[in-house]
Amino acid sequence: MLPNKTMTLIDIKNLSFGYNDERVLENIDLKIEKDDFMAIIGPNGGGKSTLLKLILGILKPQAGTIDFIGDPITIGYVPQNININTNFPVTAIEVVLMGHGGTKRPIFGYSKNETMCAMQALREVGMEEYASSRIGSLSGGQRQRVMIARALCSHPSIVILDEPTSNIDTNGQKQIYGLLKELNKTMTIIVVSHDISITIEYANKVAYINRTLSFHDMKQTKNKFSLHPQGHFCEVELLQLLGKNP
Amino acid sequence: MIEALSFEFMQHAIIAGILVSLASGIIGSLVVVNRMVFLAGGIAHTAYGGIGLALFLGIPIFAGASIFAVGAALLMAFLTLKHRHRIDTFIGLIWAVGMAIGVILIDLTPGYNVDLLSYLFGSILAVSLDDLYYMSGLLFAVIIIVTIWYREILSVSYDSEFASLRGINVPLFYTIILVISALTIVVAIKVVGLILVIAMLTIPVYIAEKLSKNLFGMMFLSGFIASVFTVLGLWISYTFDLTSGATIILVSAASLILFLISEKFQNR
Repeated sequence: MLPNKTMTLIDIKNLSFGYNDERVLENIDLKIEKDDFMAIIGPNGGGKSTLLKLILGILKPQAGTIDFIGDPITIGYVPQNININTNFPVTAIEVVLMGHGGTKRPIFGYSKNETMCAMQALREVGMEEYASSRIGSLSGGQRQRVMIARALCSHPSIVILDEPTSNIDTNGQKQIYGLLKELNKTMTIIVVSHDISITIEYANKVAYINRTLSFHDMKQTKNKFSLHPQGHFCEVELLQLLGKNP
Repeated sequence: MIEALSFEFMQHAIIAGILVSLASGIIGSLVVVNRMVFLAGGIAHTAYGGIGLALFLGIPIFAGASIFAVGAALLMAFLTLKHRHRIDTFIGLIWAVGMAIGVILIDLTPGYNVDLLSYLFGSILAVSLDDLYYMSGLLFAVIIIVTIWYREILSVSYDSEFASLRGINVPLFYTIILVISALTIVVAIKVVGLILVIAMLTIPVYIAEKLSKNLFGMMFLSGFIASVFTVLGLWISYTFDLTSGATIILVSAASLILFLISEKFQNR
């Protein structure tokens, strides 16, 4: 199927999901369009990561549908930073090579093309010189850039990141979001985060999830937001705009 | 020690020790990075049921122990994948039931007079030529499996959720890791016994992990370190007339302590 006029890539309709009879998501409607930089924000336990897992296909909807429009849509996934095992003996290039998966592979190891592609992905995130470094020897921000390179290896049209800047210092956070903004020129970015201020600074759409969803298009109102002294947008104003009590 | 090398039993012991050490280096690395040490302990003790079965039926010990250990590995893989939150309870259960079956079957074996301690603490000096063939075949199989599916095994071990999203059959590779671990544990029981097998799978690996950049290097280095410990342990046990399996483990443990001390001084 070809993409429609508005270039919707993912169309979520009436989506509901729960764990053990407790609803985590209820009647979610959301369209993710080409070139979106969407921030999915909300409190802990509000259903952000569940929505992400439903989009990725890790969980199956209990009600409603998630339609992928356009063929084929490849999704790159960057898991939560805190889930990265820093003691694991693996180099940055090996982590990126995992992005190729297990299909269409040579009998032993990785093909020359796969290795070149992985190096290209590391170059894109500015981590080429750390290719042979052990993942545990890198800083939190550097490790996260390696994870983004791993997601890029599958040539995705959408990259989904779950809390990409948790446990990363402010400077590292800005570098990660700067990189995502750059990637957004060629692909759709979805970021799940509880860090509202820095996320909405880069996002053009914000979805607030706490069982139900409130949606806001930042293009229309971004200039109306006041700025924190550090240059961040005011969380209070955004939450008020979304109809939430800050 | 040189004179000891003229004895066939000692030649077999050294060859067996090196073969099992190399296999343990590879499998121990997978056990440690996948945080399966408790599972490996469960498989080792369940294998005792297979030893009892083999004695009861009069079949080769390796065959009986392998059947039981692989069965336990398949059961644990299934339970881990389906009921991860209660897996420690299930492992404890399988562990105890396996050993209980072994004890009962040995009780029921007519005219039984085998030295039980040889299975608990190993009998590397009693390795036969057939045992060596079995160990060689196992090492060859482990190397082939890990070489061909290295990228999948690495991916599943590092981040199973991501591996699954990239189309890798995580349950299959998780099960493969447990099954080859079970088979390696069975032969390692011959060298150090089922009580000490976990130390053989983990001590060299712990040292290698600190010195390696990646999993492949860790497997290779663990195998080498384990071989050194085994040969050194054999030499000390022969010289001082000590139990070989226990001596190998104590050599490993002493080396680990020295390694940790030297690491501490280097970090100052």
